[in-house]
Amino acid sequence: MIRHDDFMEVPDGWGFATIITRRDFLALTATGLVVMVALERFLAGQEPVRLPQGRQGYPTDLNAYLHVGADGRVTCLVGKIEMGQGAMTSLPQLVAEELEVPITSIDIVMGDTDLCPWDMGTFGSLSIRQFGPILRTAAAEARSALLQLASEKLKVPVAELRADSGRIVHATSPRTRVTYGELTTGKRIERQVTTPATLDAVASFTVVGRSVPRRDALDKVTGKARFAGDIVPPGALHARILRPPAHGATLSSVDTSAAEARPGVRVVRDGDLVAVLHAHRDEADAALALVKAQYTPSASTLDDTTIFDHLVTHAPPADVVREAGNVADGAARAAQVIDATYFNSYVAHAPMETHSAVAAIEHGKVTVWASTQTPFPLRSQVAQALMLPPEQVRVVTPYVGGGFGGKSAGRQAIEAARLARVAGVPVRVVWSREEEFFFDTFRPAAVITIRAGIDAGAKLTHWDYTVIGAGERGSEHIYAIPHHRTLARGGWNANSPGLHPFGIGPWRAPGANSNAFARESHIDRLAARAGVDPVAFRLANLSDARMARVLQAAATQFGWTPKPAPSGRGVGVALGMDAGTYVASMAEVKVDRATGRVQVTRVVCAQDMGVLVNPDGARQQAEGCITMGLGYCLTEEIRFRNGQVLDGNFDTYGLPRFSWLPKIEVVILDSPDLPAQGGGEPAIVTMGAVVANAVFDAVGARVGQLPMTPARVKAALA
Amino acid sequence: MRPVSFSLNGVPIRTVADERRSLLWILRDDLGLTGTKFGCGESVCGACTVLVNDEAVRACAVSASDVEGTRVVTIEGLARNGELHPLQEAFVSHLGFQCGYCTPGMILGAYALLKKRPAPSRDEIVSHMEAHLCRCGAHVRILDAIEAAAAAMRGGLR
Ligand code: FES
Ligand code: FES
Repeated sequence: MIRHDDFMEVPDGWGFATIITRRDFLALTATGLVVMVALERFLAGQEPVRLPQGRQGYPTDLNAYLHVGADGRVTCLVGKIEMGQGAMTSLPQLVAEELEVPITSIDIVMGDTDLCPWDMGTFGSLSIRQFGPILRTAAAEARSALLQLASEKLKVPVAELRADSGRIVHATSPRTRVTYGELTTGKRIERQVTTPATLDAVASFTVVGRSVPRRDALDKVTGKARFAGDIVPPGALHARILRPPAHGATLSSVDTSAAEARPGVRVVRDGDLVAVLHAHRDEADAALALVKAQYTPSASTLDDTTIFDHLVTHAPPADVVREAGNVADGAARAAQVIDATYFNSYVAHAPMETHSAVAAIEHGKVTVWASTQTPFPLRSQVAQALMLPPEQVRVVTPYVGGGFGGKSAGRQAIEAARLARVAGVPVRVVWSREEEFFFDTFRPAAVITIRAGIDAGAKLTHWDYTVIGAGERGSEHIYAIPHHRTLARGGWNANSPGLHPFGIGPWRAPGANSNAFARESHIDRLAARAGVDPVAFRLANLSDARMARVLQAAATQFGWTPKPAPSGRGVGVALGMDAGTYVASMAEVKVDRATGRVQVTRVVCAQDMGVLVNPDGARQQAEGCITMGLGYCLTEEIRFRNGQVLDGNFDTYGLPRFSWLPKIEVVILDSPDLPAQGGGEPAIVTMGAVVANAVFDAVGARVGQLPMTPARVKAALA
Repeated sequence: MRPVSFSLNGVPIRTVADERRSLLWILRDDLGLTGTKFGCGESVCGACTVLVNDEAVRACAVSASDVEGTRVVTIEGLARNGELHPLQEAFVSHLGFQCGYCTPGMILGAYALLKKRPAPSRDEIVSHMEAHLCRCGAHVRILDAIEAAAAAMRGGLR
């Protein structure tokens, strides 16, 4: 019989399985080929990516991206993180392609601020779209360096050599060859790249475009995968932090004596942070429950029904997103005008892994293992909170258990670092589900008003659009409209302080979900008013051939038969554009008139996302978007009152479940002539509208507010 | 404090902790078996699912004394002699995960189902898995993986 305290040792060490110390790293890169990249030029030539406020762009100094070792193994170093989107697999695919090495000889180090080049974060579906070309260039540079070395060694011109499976081979006498390892052994070769390479035509790719097995698969099915909360430095204690009952409530008095009386409990305080520490999480929970605290109540008087008026009156003035012609001129030509307002609620990110971090301080250096999408910005925040230079802080990112934008906020990591400093031992902060629902940076509520019209021939005449709260992403219309104006007031990243009663932030395709819901609902209303089939109406009003092609692909897959809505069939369509990807969705729903319950039975989603790096991965991301999207569509909304968040766990906040699953069909259009676009977000943006439009088609009632809860559907039917 | 004996992944073990403590945190904090995940702490997500005598049990909702004398299996104990269980294989080959945080609970939840019903219908799988949450939306692939594993196991794999 083994006693439980004999068992206590963690089998494969306490740290993240692949943690490499700075010293190991320097030893690794002391020999071999190292490729550094200066990024300035890359970004200059690119479509500017709008960076959220407070986030820096890519730095302009040189960063190491790739290393080819004497053993022939290639290490790629990336500041991106793996949160389920598959970057750990797709980024090495790009390197394998350029460098002509088997994918199995590539290692990847991700999201470690001591080892990887600076990166702004993993969001916006940019991993492949923006970062891919940089990594490919580094790999192409490595290949050309190896060709050069081989030419010197084999004494043949570079033109007669080619790279093949980790070797440089002579084109006509394949016996004349040398491995990458032989070329780099015993030397240190450093290459610097300052301009983007002319990259191979995608058509010749062999690894990109194929579905390769996920690198993290084995770890994830065996329980070996370590997330931040699974990392336990020796002597680490769990911290449970005293939290206010409401946003805006302030601590007036606290009595921790009962908690402190429990064995093994320590109470620490750092400014506004009061925490109980214990080696075991459940005992820390029990101790926290014994802390008596008094608060002065929150001054907030808003709730989830009054918020919309508040946003309308308090949002910042409008920015013009896009404008052409003159809306009044268009209105004068209109035969029909529809004016409507759409509402969307606060929605939680609710990753299954709550925000977690473990901080350990050794010789003044702070190491924080964090579930974060933004390790480098987080390093600066932790350094700032502790008043340390950034080099004194290292953020290591193990596997992240879902992010969706919510883990761009790293409050828990700052808490862990502050508490580790006052406690003098490593501290683990793993938020409870209630803390997660309280401190989440919610998707902001939104109010969108649209006034638009059509002429006698069902052509759009004008479009006057104002979005409040959601932000401008996806707010531009996608149709041929002579007179239009799109205005945005505030957004998830640009607000007057105090506009929202709690934190808000980017949520999977930030802003675009609310905007697509309003736009595509409104287009459907206009089509119905004109008595025209909604697909035909869209095709007649689109000028973008690529979008039309995607819509037609969806219609073919769906087997769409034209009929004006409401047809009673319960079918709907919606279009969207996000992260460079074009999306057309179609859905079929059943609506229970008595209860107001909506069941989505089928979703077809067609996407044109440029070159496909990992087709199965792309399909899986689209399925994930559709499934997750059902939540904001049908049930998900944060209820709150006077600063209190009323939803604290999954018993009241409804996530999509297995029984909700529609039949999902994803069609990916082949566009090898276009660069790879984002795939982690686009398919979610159309979900609100496609379901709202299908509900209208089923029962003839228009629901203008998300989520379409049974109560709202019944109200629309009444 | 009363010692509690049970079998853990085939190894007999005796706890030296307060028997009222949560099984989830004994597994994670005391024993270092971090494959069992914390998701909600209130028995509403399924991330902490383990097997107790082949039944799916939410470790956050039971105490050490509740598992006295039972056979407890966590995700770390499912592969035998370095060989993945057919469910684990099917989750790999069908991509039944994205971030992978819900995966241990999903696999063990499915294990309990297949133990009772080796040939479940798709609807039975859905209703059995209904209380397991996955935020990434890996649901379709999870169902496919469970179906494939059921078929492989009926084929005599294990
Ligand atoms: S943590 Fe136990 S069910 Fe969620
Ligand atoms: S795979 Fe991320 S929660 Fe299920």
